[in-house]
Amino acid sequence: MTRMPKPLYLAAGAYTMSLGTGRPEFNPRKARPGLEHYIQEVGRAVFEQIDDPNDIDEGVIGNFMAARFNKQGHLGSLMTIAHPSLEYKPMIRVEGACASGGLALATGIKSVLSGLADSVLVMGVEVQNTVKAVYGADILAGAGWFAGERKNGGAYFFPQKFSDRAGAFGAKYGVEKSRAAMAHWYATAIENARLNPLAQEHHNAVKDLLAQGLTPPDARTFCEHINLFHCSKVSDGAAAIIVCTKEGYKRLGLKRKDVVKIVGYGHAAANLTAPPPDLTELTTSRKASGLAREMAKISKEDYGVIEVHDCFSITGMLSLEALDLAAPGKSIELVMAGENKRTGRFPTNTGGGLVGYGHPTGASGVRMAVDLWKQLTGRAGDFQLPLKNEHGVMISMGGNDKTVVSLVLKR
Amino acid sequence: MDLNTRLQNVTVIGAAGKMGSGISLLLALEVAYRALENKDRTYLLNLVDVSDGALQGLLRYLREQAIKDAEKQMSRLRRLYADREDLIENGEMIQAFADEVIQHVRTGKAMTLAQDSTLVFEAAFEKEELKIGLYQELAAICPREMYILTNTSSIPLHVLSEASGMLGRVIGYHFYNPPAVQKLLEIITPDVCDSELQQLAAELAKALRKTVVPSNDIAGFIGNGHFMRDGLHGIREVERLAQEHGYVKAMFFVNKTSREWLLRPMGIFQLIDYVGIDVFQLILRVMENYLHDGLHSPLIDRLLEQGIKGGQTSSGGQKNGFLEYEKGAITGIYDPNQQAYVKLDGTWNLEADAFLGPHPDPSMSWKTLQGDPRLTEKLRAYFGKFKSLNTFGVNLAAEYFRASRTASQRLVDGGVAHCAEDVNKVLTLGFFHLYGPINDYLD
Repeated sequence: MTRMPKPLYLAAGAYTMSLGTGRPEFNPRKARPGLEHYIQEVGRAVFEQIDDPNDIDEGVIGNFMAARFNKQGHLGSLMTIAHPSLEYKPMIRVEGACASGGLALATGIKSVLSGLADSVLVMGVEVQNTVKAVYGADILAGAGWFAGERKNGGAYFFPQKFSDRAGAFGAKYGVEKSRAAMAHWYATAIENARLNPLAQEHHNAVKDLLAQGLTPPDARTFCEHINLFHCSKVSDGAAAIIVCTKEGYKRLGLKRKDVVKIVGYGHAAANLTAPPPDLTELTTSRKASGLAREMAKISKEDYGVIEVHDCFSITGMLSLEALDLAAPGKSIELVMAGENKRTGRFPTNTGGGLVGYGHPTGASGVRMAVDLWKQLTGRAGDFQLPLKNEHGVMISMGGNDKTVVSLVLKR
Repeated sequence: MDLNTRLQNVTVIGAAGKMGSGISLLLALEVAYRALENKDRTYLLNLVDVSDGALQGLLRYLREQAIKDAEKQMSRLRRLYADREDLIENGEMIQAFADEVIQHVRTGKAMTLAQDSTLVFEAAFEKEELKIGLYQELAAICPREMYILTNTSSIPLHVLSEASGMLGRVIGYHFYNPPAVQKLLEIITPDVCDSELQQLAAELAKALRKTVVPSNDIAGFIGNGHFMRDGLHGIREVERLAQEHGYVKAMFFVNKTSREWLLRPMGIFQLIDYVGIDVFQLILRVMENYLHDGLHSPLIDRLLEQGIKGGQTSSGGQKNGFLEYEKGAITGIYDPNQQAYVKLDGTWNLEADAFLGPHPDPSMSWKTLQGDPRLTEKLRAYFGKFKSLNTFGVNLAAEYFRASRTASQRLVDGGVAHCAEDVNKVLTLGFFHLYGPINDYLD
């Protein structure tokens, strides 16, 4: 698909607070809201923005592992609790590990393109704080190849996988430099989160973030090449947005200024059973984001705001390289120069990203689309950018760069 | 016989008690890890106590704690279970480890469980005749090379080993509560003690990752040698102040001063309640029996006669003692004259402020100074203020401070401790004080 068969838009986005360690509301010893709460809360926030919820034609919900975190399957049906008007409408749950949210967007796009729907409510949700991190690591490891990788994988499976990438990156481009850049990534994520009241790290008041980010990795207790500050959070949360046609958003009572146009779309999956071809590159992310940019017919300089899947600092940096914003290894210089900051040339993850906002896995892809929509429609509140360009790009990535959905959005 | 061989058959006597259960946990984990690392050997941990119910509770506790420990040792467990193809996820390995821990444990009331043990840990009640009887029984049924590591906290060990015919085969292994968490281990080596036993004790302490403080075999050793005298000083101060202010207020003032002015984690009476007033009395009696040092308190005897004992509930909650507690907070003070608790209300602190004077620096407390990199400097500045203040509170605290230092210095001078640093280590590691009592802060 080299161009959108018809104009598509994103409208009425919203997400919940990312609940987990760092939020004053979070108490691991007390009962917490479940999936139902998040689905209803984020649903309400979307429906408040439109005239009549009955005008939503379909629903898609992205979720990674509710079957294990919450012992709950059948989320398509559960999604109907977001509003009575959804009863008896087509609802579907999709899964693609941490790209489940991205896949939900892709599925919503396809539904609208098929002509069967004008407005699709796309949601993402994950409630992960039901188990301790050591058991959560088992559940999240399902994003890798269980039969071939889990037995020999680390206690913290994905941190280990991306620690290996950080190690390879450091060996190739300099350990100290790459660690310094990862620390800068962390500091920027927290600075951005401080501007976003819904971010898990919103209340982080640490003075010397760089020093914290430079904490030496400890292979004995965690990983050889990354520390805990280089990791996204364990989070509970949900995000939602409407994929629609022009007729669709008009029927919802919205105007062009309220919506953003989907001008680029790329989706790629790689072989789960094969190791990455190059640990220092996100090959699938490069492929998917290339497709999206090609469809959008723009250059990288046109990106006014960027959302990447920084499940770890190193992933954030490699994503900037996958977007061609930096040559291989040069994301170090880009980040050290602060070009990914809100004041830089490529403002990235302005609401905190996965390190700062949090990472309710199945919701993250949708949350990225919502943050781009917020920025491009001037609804980002305290973290609103003075936009230099009218395009935004996002990379929603699952597993070790195995499923990727990339969108380019235009104001 | 090396430590690993001896650990293949170990016994804990008094295994289900407060200290015994913690010691059992430490050994159960150590044995389980060794079993995983030495698959050609068999390991057995015999846990002996007098109550079946308590032993069942102990098994539950061991399983719960084994899971918690395994959750923190995941990388190690993944290495140890690398050859177990059926164990793939963390959760599976954690459950397997909990099974492993329980698999090596045998519980029972019969001492004969210990008959093949060459290493016996004893955590029985602090009574000479009881311990001597147990040692005699063990000597009769166990192999000749059997050694006893005892958690005795005050009775001189040479008394126990001589009377039981175990001379040279007993060493003091005094854990602090809770043994699985507290880093401090006081090792008491009697004059006659096999060098092999001394080596084993040191090697095991290292394996258990404990910080060892050596103590000589004099009643009370270092920990109780200080604690008993510190407590008695508090009681004497209450009795002195009671003449003017009445017992209840005097108790409030002294407890408050010993915590807030001395920057300690607990007031002295809260600490005695935590340990148990009955245990405090028992240790006083033991020490007085050997030391003849006036270690006695009619007030303690009176409270116990009235059934006021302190100590902890089976779930770790604080029972009422000198003070009354609700969810861990102090809510009243026991008045032995009325034989009832007097409730504290907001006016007490106001009255204390009026009487004691202002705190020398309200920003300083045990809690706020935790982990402070400039602790020594701040303590020096804090106690430095004492000289220029002449309030009742400061004088009371300074007197307390000096009494604690004198008691500690006596432990060094009297040959209980090898050096001042060892006493300071026991107080900082075992009692969580911010500073050791032997210092020059008030000089």
